Amino acid sequence: MSHHIIKAENIHFSYPDGTKAINGISFEIHHGESVGIIGPNGAGKSTLILQLNGFLLPTSGSFNIGGTPVTQKTKTEIRRHVGLVFQNPDDQLFMPTVFDDVAFGPLNLGLSPEAVEIKVEESLRIVGCLELKSRPSHHLSLGQKRAVSIATILAMEPDILVMDEPSSFLDNHSRREIINLLRKFHHTKIIVSHDLDLIMDVCERCIILNDGRVQADGTTKDMLLNKTLLEKNKLELPLSLQNK
Amino acid sequence: MSFNQSEFFDLGYLDYLSYKDTFIHRLDPRAKFIVTLVFIFMVISFPKHEISGLIPFLIFPVILVALADIPIKIILKKLIVVSPFALMVGIFNPMLDRKILISLFGIGISGGWISYLSIIIKFILTISSALILIATTSFPGICMAMENLGMPNIFILQLMFIYRYIFILGEEVVRTNNARELRSFGKKGYEILTAGNILGSLLLRTIDRSERIYQAMCARGFNGKINLFKKSRFLLKDFLYIILLSGFFIFLRLFPLSQFIGKMFI
Amino acid sequence: MHMADALLSPTVGLSFWAGTIATISYCARKLKNEFNDKIIPLMGVMGAFIFAGQMINFTIPATGSSGHIGGGLLLTIVLGPWAAFISIASVLFIQALFFADGGLLALGCNIWNLGIYPCFIAYPLVYKLITGSNNSNKKIMIGSILGVILGLEMGAFSVVLETVFSGITELPFLTFTSIMLPIHLLIAVVEGIVTGTIVIYVKNIQPDLFYSDNKSNNTLLNLKKVLVAMSVLALITGGMLSWFASTHPDGLEWSMGKISGREELPPKEDIFHKTLSKLQEKTAFLPDYGFKKPEMAEPEKAESEKEAWPAVSGGTSIAGILGGILTLGITILIGSVIKFFRKRSLTNTY
Repeated sequence: MSHHIIKAENIHFSYPDGTKAINGISFEIHHGESVGIIGPNGAGKSTLILQLNGFLLPTSGSFNIGGTPVTQKTKTEIRRHVGLVFQNPDDQLFMPTVFDDVAFGPLNLGLSPEAVEIKVEESLRIVGCLELKSRPSHHLSLGQKRAVSIATILAMEPDILVMDEPSSFLDNHSRREIINLLRKFHHTKIIVSHDLDLIMDVCERCIILNDGRVQADGTTKDMLLNKTLLEKNKLELPLSLQNK
Repeated sequence: MSFNQSEFFDLGYLDYLSYKDTFIHRLDPRAKFIVTLVFIFMVISFPKHEISGLIPFLIFPVILVALADIPIKIILKKLIVVSPFALMVGIFNPMLDRKILISLFGIGISGGWISYLSIIIKFILTISSALILIATTSFPGICMAMENLGMPNIFILQLMFIYRYIFILGEEVVRTNNARELRSFGKKGYEILTAGNILGSLLLRTIDRSERIYQAMCARGFNGKINLFKKSRFLLKDFLYIILLSGFFIFLRLFPLSQFIGKMFI
Repeated sequence: MHMADALLSPTVGLSFWAGTIATISYCARKLKNEFNDKIIPLMGVMGAFIFAGQMINFTIPATGSSGHIGGGLLLTIVLGPWAAFISIASVLFIQALFFADGGLLALGCNIWNLGIYPCFIAYPLVYKLITGSNNSNKKIMIGSILGVILGLEMGAFSVVLETVFSGITELPFLTFTSIMLPIHLLIAVVEGIVTGTIVIYVKNIQPDLFYSDNKSNNTLLNLKKVLVAMSVLALITGGMLSWFASTHPDGLEWSMGKISGREELPPKEDIFHKTLSKLQEKTAFLPDYGFKKPEMAEPEKAESEKEAWPAVSGGTSIAGILGGILTLGITILIGSVIKFFRKRSLTNTY
């Protein structure tokens, strides 16, 4: 595995209707880092991660992943290295059964049927859902759907995992399981979330976005204990720290 | 096309049944699909005044329901729900065809009544066999069978997508309907304009969703063609199932079993 | 209204299946070659949308009854004719399986009736012509109403033709038509209004959402292609249908009858019966059914036949009825025995 450095250089982005979503963002994420991206609604978080995968291209500035700039031409190649798990598992899981869904990516990569089957079982075993293999997706609980969504991406063997709100809609138990799962991964991780406790548990570094700009970038501990910084950016102390 | 809330729940129920694990459920979808088609075709090929030849065909749905552990209630319920069209169109037969065809113990029975009864039996046979097919075969299995039988890939994909998203969009509508019912104090149905607007917003959300699905597909290497994983396990038992049952149906079609049994007692 | 297996003769069923499969393959090729792959998930969720949308019942003014969208024209407006046809076909396929709407043999007819007319006739020839490039709300509404009316009425008329060609019911063509068309007119007007409302609602929020074929091609050219394709299909189907109609009783039934000898006269063949059957073949419109419809024959013949009929086959028909009842009994018995043993084995294992 090559050392994948994600480099954002002075990214600007506006939607076709003129709405400015990102006004000059720069950062660098190194191999094996686990970075949380937090900020209020409309801060530009979702726009940012769609750009990491080439779904949106910056109006100006550039993204560079492992030395390759993200462009119209390279986006297919980029997507093999950057695995994006979407917020709603019902959008992520579009095939009728769990097996078909996890097999979708490996089949597109051109793997042989035997290799696909091995890959599917391996990915499902990692997320603890092997026994769901032949179930239809609509029979799964939300926690299971989330875990299977992650498996669909793991089956692609990405170097970088990008997740949008991995704990949304989950009950406490499933949320805890997802957190434990994420901690096990050695990939480079970028996690966008409103769940600051999750960020505390999973990420050592944290970037605060607001108004399309990086407001702060540092270790998670420093940032999430800084009440003034958080409140300035319409955020609150993580629940686990509020009564201390 | 007709679909309402209770049918939505029935759909979920049939879908749930199709994932059971019985001998019938374990057969290859292709085998079940082909046998069902042969069955329907043989039934439909009887002339319009046939009754006694049709009755032995009932053995197929009855045995399948029993072997596959399907509650007979759901099949009967669906039969009653969809019956009106065939029954209403057929009811003209007794009115228009009054020719006495057979007389039984001095009572003449007109051709119209006989052909009407024949329509009803055909209706029961064809509809129940289709329902049993879906109750014993998972829908993804049927899609695979269709793909293997040569239907275009894009058609199969549509079936899979619709199957996946019926349940999600359906629940969305159930929630909307419940919210409306809470505030409508017994009034049935939406005003036309309200219905149009609700459907319009559902349509917009659906199209947004398709955009997100497309992104999720691209994120996993989608490039225009969806490759389906073919789990082909066509075994000897599947082959035998096709041969034996199709042979049996053709035999029933050609050989008047009912009359044969009847004659043994006369 | 859905065509049902029980009202269909195998040949009518099969010829519509042939037409339907040909159209599906044509559309599939068209989509593969000319469309952005974004359309694949869009078609799928639009199909699911039609299902879900049908759960929204609206009241039909002044009748007290309620209706729901059918969605053929709406799908075409969003997806364009090719994609919409495949989407409609998949929706109907799922309905035929899960709701037993019509049955599997009649599915070919149903896809034809509810797909061909809105996609390839009502949309290009009515909706598109009325709305044109400048689609004001008023034009959309009128186009939707007239488009749905044309699509549904043609579909309903198709149901009549399929039923009459199948010859399973006695319902005369004119009576049936005069029942089906007015019922569907009422349904169509309401559905047209709802379709129009939906389109206008969506247009006001996201005007660029609808299918438009003038981006790449010239509309008129496309229309021409559609018309040519349609008339070829219609010719093929029409040819098949009329061939079948002229050789009624249809091929399979006839050959089956030959093999089993059951459709023919009972085995006791004497000169009287032979001449009678010959006469019937000459006089009866439907030779196969002629024997069972003596009113077709000349009166005297009919009379002699009346005597002949019970004498020849009275025994057979009683045997048939008795046998039928016995078979039914045996069937139910077998079913309950299996159920009984299954239950026992289940309770034993747990």
